[in-house]
Amino acid sequence: MRPRLLVGVAVLVVLAMVPLFVAPYETGILSRILIFALLAVSLDVLVGITGLPSLGHAAYFGIGAYTAGWLSINVTAEAPVPLLAAALAGAVAAAATGWLAVRSSGIFFLMLTLAIGELIFQLAQQWESVTGGSNGLFGIPAVRLAGSPLTLAGFVYWYVLAGFVIGYAVLRVVSASPFGAVLRGIRDNEPRMRSLGYSPFRYKYAAFVLAGAVAGLAGGLLAAQARLVTTADVGFTTAALALLAVVIGGAGTLWGACLGAALVVLVRDALGPRLDGHGPLVLGLVFILAVYLLPRGFAGLSALRVRRRPA
Amino acid sequence: MSAALELRGVSRQFGALRAVDGVDLTVPAGTRHGLIGPNGAGKSTLFRLITGTLRVTAGSVWLGEQDITGQRESRRARLGVSQTLQHSSLFLPLTVEQNAMLAAQRRHGSPGSLLPRRQPEARDRVAELLAAVGLGGRAGVTAGELSHGERRQLEIALALACEPQLLLLDEPAAGMSTGESERLIELIRALPATVTVLIVEHDLDVVFQLAGAITVLHLGRVLLTGSPAEVRGSAAVREAYLGTANREELFLGGS
Amino acid sequence: MIVDWFDANLVSILNGFAIGSLLFILAVGLSIVFGMMDVLNLAHGALYLVGAYLGYQFAGDTSSWAGFLTALGTAALVGLLAGGVLSTMTEPLARRPHLDQALLTLGVALVVAELLAIFYGNDVLRVVAPPGLNGSTKVFGDTYPTYRLALIGIGALIAVAVYVVVERTTVGALVRASVADREMVSAVGVDNRRVKLAVLGVGSSLAALAGVLGGPINGAGPGLDERVLILALVVVVIGGLGSIKGAFVGALLIGQVESLGRALVPDLASFVLFGALALVLIVRPRGLFGAPKAAV
Repeated sequence: MRPRLLVGVAVLVVLAMVPLFVAPYETGILSRILIFALLAVSLDVLVGITGLPSLGHAAYFGIGAYTAGWLSINVTAEAPVPLLAAALAGAVAAAATGWLAVRSSGIFFLMLTLAIGELIFQLAQQWESVTGGSNGLFGIPAVRLAGSPLTLAGFVYWYVLAGFVIGYAVLRVVSASPFGAVLRGIRDNEPRMRSLGYSPFRYKYAAFVLAGAVAGLAGGLLAAQARLVTTADVGFTTAALALLAVVIGGAGTLWGACLGAALVVLVRDALGPRLDGHGPLVLGLVFILAVYLLPRGFAGLSALRVRRRPA
Repeated sequence: MSAALELRGVSRQFGALRAVDGVDLTVPAGTRHGLIGPNGAGKSTLFRLITGTLRVTAGSVWLGEQDITGQRESRRARLGVSQTLQHSSLFLPLTVEQNAMLAAQRRHGSPGSLLPRRQPEARDRVAELLAAVGLGGRAGVTAGELSHGERRQLEIALALACEPQLLLLDEPAAGMSTGESERLIELIRALPATVTVLIVEHDLDVVFQLAGAITVLHLGRVLLTGSPAEVRGSAAVREAYLGTANREELFLGGS
Repeated sequence: MIVDWFDANLVSILNGFAIGSLLFILAVGLSIVFGMMDVLNLAHGALYLVGAYLGYQFAGDTSSWAGFLTALGTAALVGLLAGGVLSTMTEPLARRPHLDQALLTLGVALVVAELLAIFYGNDVLRVVAPPGLNGSTKVFGDTYPTYRLALIGIGALIAVAVYVVVERTTVGALVRASVADREMVSAVGVDNRRVKLAVLGVGSSLAALAGVLGGPINGAGPGLDERVLILALVVVVIGGLGSIKGAFVGALLIGQVESLGRALVPDLASFVLFGALALVLIVRPRGLFGAPKAAV
């Protein structure tokens, strides 16, 4: 555990120093990477740790983003209020939809989450008074810290980094807990868990709500960073890309999802303009390759080199 | 003292097929009871009716004083019913210790805890059990890498880690070498009297060595319940296994 | 009183049948493939989109039978080919968890949708119905688009055709057997891969055809593939995996929910859809007519 902790701290220090050395535009891209990474990590809890493949996770991300955005515009943009509200909104939405979704597993779960995501997407488009419909929720004020707005890209980045660290830390801790072990047991052999006396439904439901809360948190960070929320953020493409990030990075390790997310955002945002905005095409191809070649993603590669205890 | 397990008129129907037909079975607490019968006798179905994987279509299942007929599998497990399966059902990507911890932490740890916990009591129990089944040095090995015999041993460790009241073993000796079978018999003999054991087995030697009483199942019905000697000496049982008798002879004119 | 209500909502009800027809043609392939192979073809919506764009390509601006029929023919062929390609692509993953195959089709869907967007742009393109069908007819006093009536007829025809093939032919028997017990079929000596190839081919062909047929109603544009995929999935889940009857009933039901539902309670229509899905999954997880197999 020790060496991993040191690596983690080192990475954190490097990340924290970014705005001191990197231009605002690139800092903005890194912010988006962190936001998407948090979404991917929360999805990894579902997919990689609990074995629940969700194609509708963007729903809670979007709900969190809309909540934070709306709150910032109409009530207050004082940190951490929009962020907490976003996480709460994500948790509530996950709780409301999860009790049904979690009853199923495998492909059925996939379909159900797809349907839920579509439902929320349509709601976002219809409820124009709150979400701005297809135009999106724009004009979100900058986050305020102790009264003063954070407008510089560097400050926004640190805000996002802080949110990311908190979200990631929570999930990392839970993953290492007995609860996390139960989730992995459910993933690897649900019937056996039942015969050992566990009620899988409760654990899966709890994991679903937790994942929804962190996705909502990521959404809150999006609202603060992009200051614009559109229906695309709550839609199928975002959900598919998040799943892609998890699959590429290696489901189950949490940090793998971060790498996958970085790849996805870089291809879409950094490479995208050079490809006439058709980053998704490259991503789709990468997705296909990843499914064929890397059944365990990047993280699977590292497991080949170092023989360590599986997560 | 009430029976640890009691089945009253238990039946299970699959469409037109009566896999289990009006079975009455009483297993007194602390005893070792064998369940044998030729292929297709309904042993596996009966096993699943007791664990709760399958629902009965008639009759009732009692655990001690409690009617557990309507209880689902996880509930029965929490009440103290523990099982090992014919085809090992383990958590293959996890290590041997992680496998056993999943079972042990429910009784000795805090499985619902969201914060990392050391759970020393559970870990000690796991170490104890792994040593008892002969997997002491293999704690860090991935379950997927274990040999067949080792997997069976881990199965048993998992079942015991639940601190069961009623231990159900489905063909535990299947695929085991003689040495492994002997160790298995020793292990079961060494279990305290607080654990009642029901063994479904094909290997008659194992059953005759372990069980104090044996129930013979044939075509879904109880053919005979008795001591090993009685079962061994029964012509009806012999005929059931050899297939020379038909149903009417067995139940109307049999010995 | 009831007659009055029907009269007032006749257009919506007819629309519901038209949408239902389209959904059936789209969903039946998805249902059979899933019921047979436990493979969820997430590229199914993209195939519909391919058909829709083919419709625009050949019958976009001017109303002509030649164009329309060419579009139909091309779509059928392209769909067949695409299904074959998908079947071959998923073959190496046959021993992996079913999820991997679904993810593969997801990747294909993304690629196809992007390629179409590159080629045709981001606008929703209009497709015109062929002559003779691009006007209106009087139905019980209301005027109603003739094309949609034709669509209802076509859907019924295809339903009958599919039913006859599956219930009355040897090939159909093979398909039904595979849905019921895949392992048994291969144990009997039938090459599962060929059956899968055939079913994916025909199913994809139907999806593309649905895209052409749906052109005059939905047009062709980005995002259509997602929308249509979701509806098809809902139909398949509600109707029951691998069941043609289920796909038919499910399609009609969802068609009415989408049409009548949106007309009567526009804000709640999405909830009704989701609610119907939820209800079926709770009360009868295998769908209305699904086989009593355990869910994957």
